[in-house]
This record gives sequence, structure tokens and C-alpha cells, in this order.
Amino acid sequence: MSTQRTLSIEDKLYRNRYKVDEDSHLWIKDTKMCLKCPFEFACIRVCPTDVYKWEENKITITYDACVECGACRIACYDVGWKNPKGGFGISYKYG
Amino acid sequence: MNEKFDSVVVGAGPAGIAAAYTMAKAGLNVIVLEKGEKPGAKNMFGGVIFRHHTEKLAPEFWKTAPIERHVVEYQYWFLSEQSHVLMSHRNQRFNSQFNAFTVHRAKFDPWFAKLAEDAGAVIITRTTADDVLRDNGKIVGVATERGNVMGDVVIAADGVNSMLAKQAGLREETPETATVLAVKEVIALPKQKIEDRFNLGPEEGIAALLVGFAPGMHAGFMYTNRDTISIGVGVSIHDLDQSKRRPNEIYEQFKAHPSIAPLIKDGELKEYSAHLIPEGGYDYVSNVSTAGMLVAGDAAMLVNAINWEGTNLAMTSGILAGETVIQAKRENDFSTKSLLRYRERLEDSFVLKDLKHYRNVPKFFSANPHFFTQYPQAMNELAYMWHVVDDELKADRVKRMKADLFKRRSRLGLLRDAYSLWRLFS
Repeated sequence: MSTQRTLSIEDKLYRNRYKVDEDSHLWIKDTKMCLKCPFEFACIRVCPTDVYKWEENKITITYDACVECGACRIACYDVGWKNPKGGFGISYKYG
Repeated sequence: MNEKFDSVVVGAGPAGIAAAYTMAKAGLNVIVLEKGEKPGAKNMFGGVIFRHHTEKLAPEFWKTAPIERHVVEYQYWFLSEQSHVLMSHRNQRFNSQFNAFTVHRAKFDPWFAKLAEDAGAVIITRTTADDVLRDNGKIVGVATERGNVMGDVVIAADGVNSMLAKQAGLREETPETATVLAVKEVIALPKQKIEDRFNLGPEEGIAALLVGFAPGMHAGFMYTNRDTISIGVGVSIHDLDQSKRRPNEIYEQFKAHPSIAPLIKDGELKEYSAHLIPEGGYDYVSNVSTAGMLVAGDAAMLVNAINWEGTNLAMTSGILAGETVIQAKRENDFSTKSLLRYRERLEDSFVLKDLKHYRNVPKFFSANPHFFTQYPQAMNELAYMWHVVDDELKADRVKRMKADLFKRRSRLGLLRDAYSLWRLFS
């Protein structure tokens, strides 16, 4: 059996190319809703790149890790989502 | 930008470029807006492009396009925890008549975009179209951070998350059940190693679909490129949400399967990506036209999940959108009624005919996830029993195999499944 080392998501994202904007293209529309999240933090769970975390009673957003898939947007209507400004965000070398 | 274009295409993917190229060739004044730093920068797929439909725009494109390998073998893996049953089809005819090519989108899409550019379309990168502009109930252009871009018809080819189709009121938010999240890695391996591991000639490649590696409705995929392997999983957002499992965790479980791990052993991770696939089928296809706007490709949810076709539906819808605009331009009529002809063209083509034919399939598999779990397990268990050599008499063996199968699924259940599949696909 192979014993290949498993990379953490953070390690994986280092292989990607991003151009990071100063402003986030992701936001929470109503932060009060998160306190009684009806979806058991679906944003955190469905995100493939660990963008969302629950810290000190609020959702924090590491938008610079986002690959713009849109899963969070589908899983929770309280997630605000728009395309990054032109040229910013993920820039795949392979795709 | 004060110039007004015949058409403003948003998105330089297969749909947008097919549309832009079609219109530019006919002499229309076309601009393409791409949010990425270059065409393909935001695009990810399995995956393959198809010879037949790509050739409609670029005959013998493989001679100049940055393709990876042509597919000579299609593999279907049915996995159980420690085993697999593999069904595959390899054919030399795929060597003389190419069928599909593996590509990296960040390399192929810029080449494809050049076609439209050479035909006269203007391609502007690093420009996000944030909203549609309306005048008198008709869409007349898009707003970007660089200013407004006006045109007789906007073609929204802005991908699965299409903001424009929503702003135009043509599409509602996609339900979890109709959306699949694909997580993929590009893993580098020496060319020779890939060819040895997959038993391939220098230009040959495989496309593989894998099911059964984890509970729930997941499908793995694997494609060989020149000196990389594209490997990943697709999970419906609904399933992901219900299972309380993380996408990367499901992917890592798949990759660690004892039948899969050796294939990518010692490979170097080059890229980790994720993308949504609109797999809802015919009933989830968006409204595709309104006065001054058409929607093409993933933005209109045009994906055939059964045959793993997407780029060909995107290209074809782009061509049909382009032809619709050419006709509208000739008649100088960009009304809702005039542009409704795009939907008719789509309905007359394989794009919506195929999706209509499979209309009930996505719902059926969502309601019957045992096809992805129980059957792969049963296949593996029966295959194992069949091959073990010991003192058991063959008559007893077959009796035991039947008992094992019927324990998993009743006779009636098996019959019903067989009948359902027959009905579903015919």
C-alpha cells in the first residue's frame, strides 16, 4: 500500500496562483443569522478551501483562499457572493 | 468605452468563444469580456473536449491546439473498501478517428479564444461584468468596473455561477440537489510513468469514472494528461450537506483507496481546484433568452451528466446563440420574440434533445443512491466469491452468491431497478 503524505488544504493552496484583492468578494448578509445558524454552518462544511471559520461568535472569511466555486452560495442564502474584480482571485495554471 | 457593439459576450470559455467566433466570422462587431487575467484562468473541468463539436469551429484543431492526449480507453471502476471491479473499453478506432482529448483549460481556452480574436472579435481580459444595463425593458449592455459596455445583444456565457442570468431574471438560485461540487488535483508524473501505469502509447490517454468508494452519491474521475493526471471527485451539494463530510476529506479518502493510490504514487501536486457542475438536467435549464440577452453553456445549466458531456453543449449553445444574433441583426430585431428563436434552435439540437431524453435520470439517481453504493459493493463481493479457490462445491458457491445478492437487494428490488434503468434510458 502506498504511504503518500497527505497535504493539508493550506499546503495544497500554496500550489495555486492567486492575485489577492484588498477587498473581499465574499460577505455575510446578516451576521445575526449566524448566531442561530439554521444550516449547521453549511458554509464552513461545504467549502473545499476552508474559507469560513467560526471564531468568537462570528463567521470569519479568508477570502484570499477562495477558488470561486460557489458552493457556499448554494448551501446558504446568507452568504454574499460576487465575482472578484477583474484579474483578481484564483488564476489557474492548469484548470 | 463609448462604442456600441453588435454583441457583448461575457465569458471567454467554450460557450462565449464559440458565440464570439460565429458572430465575428459573419462580420459582426463583437467584444468578449473575461474576468480572469486570461481566458481559462477561472476554468476547471475533468476533463475532455470533444473532437466532433470542436471541429465545427476549428477543423483538425488537434494539430495546433494545446491538447494533452486523445482518449483511447474509457474505464468504469466499481470500488468497494479494499477492492474494485473494473470495466473498460479500449478501441484502436479511437486512434484513427479521435473522439475526445484531455486538455488543461488554462492552456486550451487561450488558444480557443485566439480563434475568435483572429476572426475580428475584441477580447478584453481582467474585466468583470457586474450587472446588466436596461433601457425600456430591453437589456442594452453590461456594467463593468471600467465602465459600461453597450451592445444590441448580450450573451451571458459567464459560467455556472452566472450572475448576469440572475440579474436578468432568467435564472433562480440553483437548488442543492441540482448542483455538484467537483474537487480536483492536477498531479505531475513523468510521461513514461503515466504511460506505463495506464498501459498507454505516447499520445494515448484514458478517461475514468469511479463509483462506490464512500457512502453516498459520489463519483470519482481520472484523466491522463501528457505529464500530469487530473483526478477528483464530484459530490452533490445536497449530499455533502447531509453527510456532514468535507469535500477535501471525501477526495482524500478516494485518493487513498488501495486501487487508486498506486496510480498517482510519487506524483507532485501542481494545483488544487474546485468548481460547480450544474447537473440538474432538462428541468433545471434556465430561461435562455429575453429582449437583448441570451444565455449559453454552464450559465444556462447545459450539462449532460449521464454521458459526461459539457464542453460540447457549451460550444454548440454558443454557436446557436451566435447564429440567433446574426439573424436578429439582419432583421434589426432584438426583441424577446426574435431572440426566442435561440431556445427553438437549442430544442432542435442535440443539446436540449439529449437533456430532455434523460429528463428523469438525475432525480431518479438522487432518489436511489443505492446504485452508487449497494451495487458496487455487491459486484465486488460476488467477484471475490467467484474467484476464491477452496473446497467449496461450485453448486454451493453459486447458491451462496445468490443468497448474498438477494440479501443486499430483494428479487423484486433487482427487477424493479433493471426495469427502471431500461425505462429511464430508452
